[in-house]
Amino acid sequence: MASSQPWNDQRVEEIIGNLLRAGVLLSAFVVLFGGIIYLARHGDSPANYRVFQGEPSELKSVTGILHYAFALRGRGIIQLGLLLLIATPVARVAFSIFGFAAEKDRMYVVFTIIVLAILLYSLFGPSIML
Amino acid sequence: MNVLEFTLLVALGSLLAGLLGSLTGLGGGVVLVPLLTIFFKVDLRYAIGASLVSVIATSSGAAAAYVKEGFSNIRIGMFLEIATTLGALLGAYLTAKVPSSAIAIIFGSVLLYSAYISRRTRPRTEKADPPDSLATKLRMNGSFPTTTGIRDYNVYRVPAGFGLMFGAGTLSGLLGIGSGAVKVLAMDQAMKIPFKVSTTTSNFMIGVTAAASAGVYLSRGYIDPGLAMPVMLGVLVGSLIGTRILVKAETKWLRLVFSIVIILLALQMIYKGIAGRI
Repeated sequence: MASSQPWNDQRVEEIIGNLLRAGVLLSAFVVLFGGIIYLARHGDSPANYRVFQGEPSELKSVTGILHYAFALRGRGIIQLGLLLLIATPVARVAFSIFGFAAEKDRMYVVFTIIVLAILLYSLFGPSIML
Repeated sequence: MNVLEFTLLVALGSLLAGLLGSLTGLGGGVVLVPLLTIFFKVDLRYAIGASLVSVIATSSGAAAAYVKEGFSNIRIGMFLEIATTLGALLGAYLTAKVPSSAIAIIFGSVLLYSAYISRRTRPRTEKADPPDSLATKLRMNGSFPTTTGIRDYNVYRVPAGFGLMFGAGTLSGLLGIGSGAVKVLAMDQAMKIPFKVSTTTSNFMIGVTAAASAGVYLSRGYIDPGLAMPVMLGVLVGSLIGTRILVKAETKWLRLVFSIVIILLALQMIYKGIAGRI
């Protein structure tokens, strides 16, 4: 890869790396904000994680979490932050498609689309099937 | 114990796990699940969900720093991601089918293996084999900067590496860990990729692999916001502090101490699994 080329692996990667860090920081602040609300409201209730109950349905799907978070419920805002966090590597893969396309590397554009499809299936597939 | 006390204690424990994980390069995720299940009596599924979330945070958070060094090979990473994400889907599917006691035993064994691989020194005979035709077709051969200039390297045994990566992804989805040890094994041992390239590329892959199982965990209700919040924030802050002091710290004895901690936790997990008390 010639270094004079405007889009090389290293340049694309540096941009993506900074985006990832921004995504993690953003999600950490959202989680912290939700956490403060949650602790202010439920801090003195007893903690119980010994028995697995599963989460209520509004905390298990993307649309449910959005509704819960915009109602300013602490647990919903935390879950939204975690969703943002899960989205950062997905965004990284999506951006890599443009990186490989700019380098005219068709084979890797295809590989990256396959990875993205698997990730999107994992995030949305189960709810689509239900 | 009320929610506030529980949250603060879990945050403190996660901070320590993240700090030790980044100082020793073993990752904080490996000790989180035993910490949560053994000391905080958290159900294994909630512990795995919270651990997986923190794995994404540390992997994505460290990516910017690794990228600047110029070691990671995004083509190798992306190609192998096809294997790890498929494996992660399978692993996340299996967590619902495999009994907790079996997961605990598998977890303990992987911990023991991670401790073993981190203690081992790797004798490496640098042979200039002719480039592998499949790796050449996949444009995987690359180069990285060293103190003596740019060093080129070739990649070998792509199918073996791909198969091991599928296994690494399955373990990651099943146990909620980054399974960096298996990823490095696949790249370093099977594919003969230089150590610095395989460790940094592995970091990039860990976040993407974990994201693949996180979607399944979320829809199954394994990710509890009240537990994941202190774990994610604690590990993130711990690992950020770790990277800051890494340059100054004497890590040799730390690695030894951390390895011993990992071995003890591993034996505890295996014992609990066999006794059916998890």
